[in-house]
Amino acid sequence: MSKILVIAEHDGARLNPSTSKCVTCASKIGGSSIDVLVLAADGSAVAAQAAALAGVGKVLVAENAANVEPLAAVLAPQVAKLAAGYTHVFGPSTTFGKDMMPRVAALLGVGQVTDIMAVDGAHTFKRPVYAGNAVLTLEVPADAIVVATVRVASFEAAAQGGSAAIEKVDAGVALPSHTRFVSRSGATSGRPDLQTAARVVAGGRALGSADGFKIIYSLADKMGAAVGASRAAVDAGYVPNDLQIGQTGKIIAPELYIGIGISGAIQHMTGIKDARTIVAINKDGEAPIFEAADIGLVGDLFTIVPELEKQLGG
Amino acid sequence: MRRIMVGVKRVVDYNVRVRVKPDNTGVITEGVKMSLNPFDEIALEEALRIKEKGLADEVLAVSIGVADTQQQLRTALAMGADRAILVQTDAVVPPLSVAKIFRQLIDKEQPFLVLLGKQAIDDDNGQTAQMLAALWDRPQAVSCSKIEIGDGKATVTREVDAGLEVNEVDLPAVMSVDLRLNEPRYVKLPDIMKAKKKPLDTMSLGDFGIGDAPAFKTVRVDPPPTRSKGIMVKDVAELVDALKKKGLV
Repeated sequence: MSKILVIAEHDGARLNPSTSKCVTCASKIGGSSIDVLVLAADGSAVAAQAAALAGVGKVLVAENAANVEPLAAVLAPQVAKLAAGYTHVFGPSTTFGKDMMPRVAALLGVGQVTDIMAVDGAHTFKRPVYAGNAVLTLEVPADAIVVATVRVASFEAAAQGGSAAIEKVDAGVALPSHTRFVSRSGATSGRPDLQTAARVVAGGRALGSADGFKIIYSLADKMGAAVGASRAAVDAGYVPNDLQIGQTGKIIAPELYIGIGISGAIQHMTGIKDARTIVAINKDGEAPIFEAADIGLVGDLFTIVPELEKQLGG
Repeated sequence: MRRIMVGVKRVVDYNVRVRVKPDNTGVITEGVKMSLNPFDEIALEEALRIKEKGLADEVLAVSIGVADTQQQLRTALAMGADRAILVQTDAVVPPLSVAKIFRQLIDKEQPFLVLLGKQAIDDDNGQTAQMLAALWDRPQAVSCSKIEIGDGKATVTREVDAGLEVNEVDLPAVMSVDLRLNEPRYVKLPDIMKAKKKPLDTMSLGDFGIGDAPAFKTVRVDPPPTRSKGIMVKDVAELVDALKKKGLV
């Protein structure tokens, strides 16, 4: 039987939805038990949220003042120690998980599976490679602990209604002081989170400037959508880096994605192809994004976008 | 000698449209353009800039791969690396083995900084820097978009889902770089000529006591599922209608 440990991602108060998706991924391994590990300075609020996820057997809480910020160098030794007795350790394929899980794997002396998109068996997984242009099915040796990141866009959130036991644990390992958190600056836009939003409006280089990008924000706000961007738009400085969608940015799976002035480079497409419906608006009818779009509209975005916003208005 | 070690990987060029082999054992790499992994190019550029600021004395480029990886290392030397090491193998070396090889090279070369790309665009793993930092028991700074080298420590800005995070790390440390850290320089012809005279040492996996067994067995490789062909609409009204029919607005 598989015994799976899911590492919770959180901001100290709120459990990130990525954790719930890791639990769903873990539940695809038949006959498994699933525990969630919360590493925090004060883990009580987050542990309660994790305990409410259906399918979770136990929530382990490792509290330590050093765990106040998610520093991989500090968290990884604790995870590696607490992984004893588990057959699998899963974390999300977010920047949090991608930072920490390889460090955990190396401490455990095993390879790490990146971006699980499907579970074929307890040791057999599918994952994207080459920016999603190929899907690799791989098998981890049966006697090795499976350390993996889970591609959160590939899994639904776990249901609520669980009532897992919460247990305090202490890894009892020395923690390094060589890595220190200084600050974090980010979007507190009040808009939906890009990685979990049901609707996403994304803009590309064709917006021309940070000022031009305002029509994207405006449409998104009208629709209650999150805002995303292509790498080109981020590189050009129209929007901050945390809006980037694609191979090296965020992988999203909204109900509706509207790509505006985005040509559809393969590196971008890999980030959106799990969207239920893809809408493309571009003045170039030959743009590759139209190959993947469910609905395409060719034309001048500076005319179309305000018109769309108006027609959606009630 | 204040040395920076930079890891570079030979990968299928980012402009190539990758195709899966008909027998589902991998992707077609025969006759395909190969290049330096773009993230590694950024790592190398950063090392060169640190050296040009007088904060390092030598930039060492290291790669693990087939004999032809010499081409990519020559490119690295032409960009400005002082010397290069190729650990030559025909095997696909998994990230943990790469980290183990780098760990041994660190003992020999004593760098104060190891710079790597945040991921290779072929396997998209993004693991080597973190694994190396774990084996070395040193700080890791992943997805850096700004690096400031100080006295015995460095301040890094990292791209994270929430925005930007600033960390301070003691040196030596391992850092992986993101796209917006810098724009790599173009290589000029005289530099290519000069690079031919720079030292490029070749070693083998055996020199590190590391076998060529893969970490995981490849069961098969498939093309991604394709999306069915969509519709084109002629104006905004039709677009809104189509969205309404799907219940999306």
